[in-house]
Amino acid sequence: MGIAVRLSDISKKFGSFSANSNISLSVEEGTIHALVGENGAGKSTLTKIIYGMHQPTSGELIIADKTVRFTSPRDAIHSGIGMVHQHFMLIPELTVAENIILGNEPCGIFQPLPLQKSKALILKDAEAYGLPVDPEALVASLSIGEQQRVEILKLLYRHAAIMIFDEPTAVLSPSETDRLFATLRSLRDKGKTIILITHKLDEVLAVADMVSVMRKGEIVGTMPAFTATKTELARMMVGRSVLLRVSNPIPSPGETVLSIHHLGFRTAKSEERIHDLSFTIRAGEIYGIAGVEGNGQSELMQALWGLAPSGTVISGEILLKGQSLIGKKPSDIAFMGVSHIPEDRLRHAVIADYTVSENILFGRHRERTFHRGIGFNTRALKHYAEAMISEYAIKCDSPVHQSLSTLSGGNQQKVVLARELNRPAISLLLLAQPTRGVDIGAIEIIHNKIIEARRCGVAILLVSSELEEIIALSTRIGCLYKGSIRHEFTQEEVELKKNSEQEFQKEIGLHIT
Amino acid sequence: MSRKSVKFLIPVLSIISALAVSSLIIFMAGRDPVMIFQKMFRGTFGSSYGTGQVVFRMTTLILVALAVAIPFQVRLFNIGAEGQLQMGAFAAAMTGTMLPASVPSSVAIPLCIITAMMAGALWAMVAGVLKVRFGVNEVIATIMLNFIAQGITGYLLTWHFALPSTVHTAPITAAAVIPVFDTVTGWFARSPANLSILLAVGAALLLQVILFQSRFGYEMRAAGLQPEAARFGGINAQMHTLTALGVGGAAAGLGAANIVLGYKHYYEAGMTGGIGFTGIAVALLAGAHPLWILLSALFFGVLEYGGLTVNAYIPKDIFMIIEAITIILVIAFSAVGRQLPQQ
Repeated sequence: MGIAVRLSDISKKFGSFSANSNISLSVEEGTIHALVGENGAGKSTLTKIIYGMHQPTSGELIIADKTVRFTSPRDAIHSGIGMVHQHFMLIPELTVAENIILGNEPCGIFQPLPLQKSKALILKDAEAYGLPVDPEALVASLSIGEQQRVEILKLLYRHAAIMIFDEPTAVLSPSETDRLFATLRSLRDKGKTIILITHKLDEVLAVADMVSVMRKGEIVGTMPAFTATKTELARMMVGRSVLLRVSNPIPSPGETVLSIHHLGFRTAKSEERIHDLSFTIRAGEIYGIAGVEGNGQSELMQALWGLAPSGTVISGEILLKGQSLIGKKPSDIAFMGVSHIPEDRLRHAVIADYTVSENILFGRHRERTFHRGIGFNTRALKHYAEAMISEYAIKCDSPVHQSLSTLSGGNQQKVVLARELNRPAISLLLLAQPTRGVDIGAIEIIHNKIIEARRCGVAILLVSSELEEIIALSTRIGCLYKGSIRHEFTQEEVELKKNSEQEFQKEIGLHIT
Repeated sequence: MSRKSVKFLIPVLSIISALAVSSLIIFMAGRDPVMIFQKMFRGTFGSSYGTGQVVFRMTTLILVALAVAIPFQVRLFNIGAEGQLQMGAFAAAMTGTMLPASVPSSVAIPLCIITAMMAGALWAMVAGVLKVRFGVNEVIATIMLNFIAQGITGYLLTWHFALPSTVHTAPITAAAVIPVFDTVTGWFARSPANLSILLAVGAALLLQVILFQSRFGYEMRAAGLQPEAARFGGINAQMHTLTALGVGGAAAGLGAANIVLGYKHYYEAGMTGGIGFTGIAVALLAGAHPLWILLSALFFGVLEYGGLTVNAYIPKDIFMIIEAITIILVIAFSAVGRQLPQQ
């Protein structure tokens, strides 16, 4: 087998910042080569160089034994390179076939599209690689997994020999992930070269042949996947040993804090998003909601935080220590001792252009301790911010002057966590995807803080699409499917099944799909 | 270079390049740019009358620029300062004419100012309600409201309130007049510069404090920067849309203190003369910052009046070109500034 892609001493600088430095890497033809690393380690920059979106500052890129200089993705596509982006590049209003031939229409500009012929080609590829899809369906009507298949077919249609997948499983359910892996293996077996970018180590071990670890713009190691272990990879990514599983002492829950009875959520368009959903959370326990995204998680959070869009009909009961939360505004709910960490940090949890200390205040700026006159007590605020920064190990030079957008994702999340966990008289924490887009190193601190809050008697509702996280943190687990809890694992069950995590994940997987 | 210094350099660079381009234009029109700028300087700061004229123009410019800047902090583009100023001016003049002569200044002036500010605020809040309630784009709404304001004031003036064979209303009661500096302190010769500059500067300082020091401003700017996050943080973003436009409209209405109470003493057709639109330029050059607006308004005041003083040598239109080029360059340079790496 030859070398499909060879990088020789590639460096890429943005201004004075080195995104990639002296990277040398060979990807063998017909293999799945995984590229792992934390956010900001330079994985994306490197793949953008291979795909012609960035030009290296120095170094050589050799594709199939020929030195190339790509000036745009068009050149890369001509050399047989294709990429499946994390956010799909599809036009929802067009059909599958139209999307696949887009940019590569097999006809002159004023000729009618030879759709029939293209369809036949697409179906042939679909059959050969086990990617069933209806070429005439509108992309808008497809599930995320199906859309990803369309992206793969697009590459096949263009005869790409080298395929780059950027975090392909981020949006997939466990069963869709399994299916994608089967597809990747069959692509490899038919001679395609696959570069897989991911930060999920389990996936690397499951599907890759080779794995390269990146840290701070450099490749710190390349090895066959079968010789690698998860702990070893994590250590290489972070540069120190990491506790992948935080210690989670057995909780002894107290009184009931949140009880939800027969909750229903019907949108203004009369779509039922939640129906007959019931569960309770006691003080000092974490109730994990496992489920594929789009099964009612966001609606549940909206209902709990008083932000359901106008026209929504909410039925049933949401009681916080006996008081109903339905119909209350977020500010009232916050005053009752509820904290909320929404999943979309940059859109919902912070003001990126505000400084770090202004963000530590955000949402809690109505608390009198921070007030002075018509403004804020800047000194009290500064002390508070500094205390939080040291307690949560937030990397930040000057909280009063530095805008939050200059922090890494993990540090931003720690700012949010510090703010929400220290709300006075907090009794309930609504926590959605607490470690999304967060580095492994920061995950450790975040998980520890969550468990510490639980031990202090906070009731925590945890929504996460990472089953690993749900299992590591939760006291009880509810499996959410199509807007109601389909199955609940008790505390004893969770404690027991935790010991064989793979099987437990599979079991949960069955309840959520 | 830090982002802060880049932020400061952008307006300076754009003014310098705009002056360079204008020099070129003046040169092509067959005049010596150095001579023109010298004459301009003498016409403005060279005499106390000229300085007074600049101060007078600056007063209105500060206020209409605040009318643009405050909504801009909530990411709303208020194109309607002109209409809000017109409504304010008309309201001030009507209040001033209707007050009996026995009312003392201490009542008459505040009363006229308050009605002017209310008229401006209400006019701007029409756009706010349309935005919050029906999602009408505020740019379109405020532009249309400019036409409507022009129509309403024009109609009321010609059909009901104009003195016979004139295009202005009866003069306001003497007690409602804001005195010019000439009579109070003897400054600025016989120029129309009047005490309302203190109101304008006061308004800018007050709004600066409210925006950047108060809890209200903290919430308001958050609602502008990230409306959804503001909602999650329990902030009523719609309320801030309305108040930002209301405060802006009130600032524009306050401009009436200068042009009606301080200068003309009546409402006259076309008396605002498009200054509300120049306010957009002033606000943009200042990055919608109340304090910087003071400087930016001074600059535009010099251009506006300086252009008049050299009218004999070079058409005033050249100075409209300078103003427009400055704005375009500010916007272009700001866009470049945003693309610089964040280090």
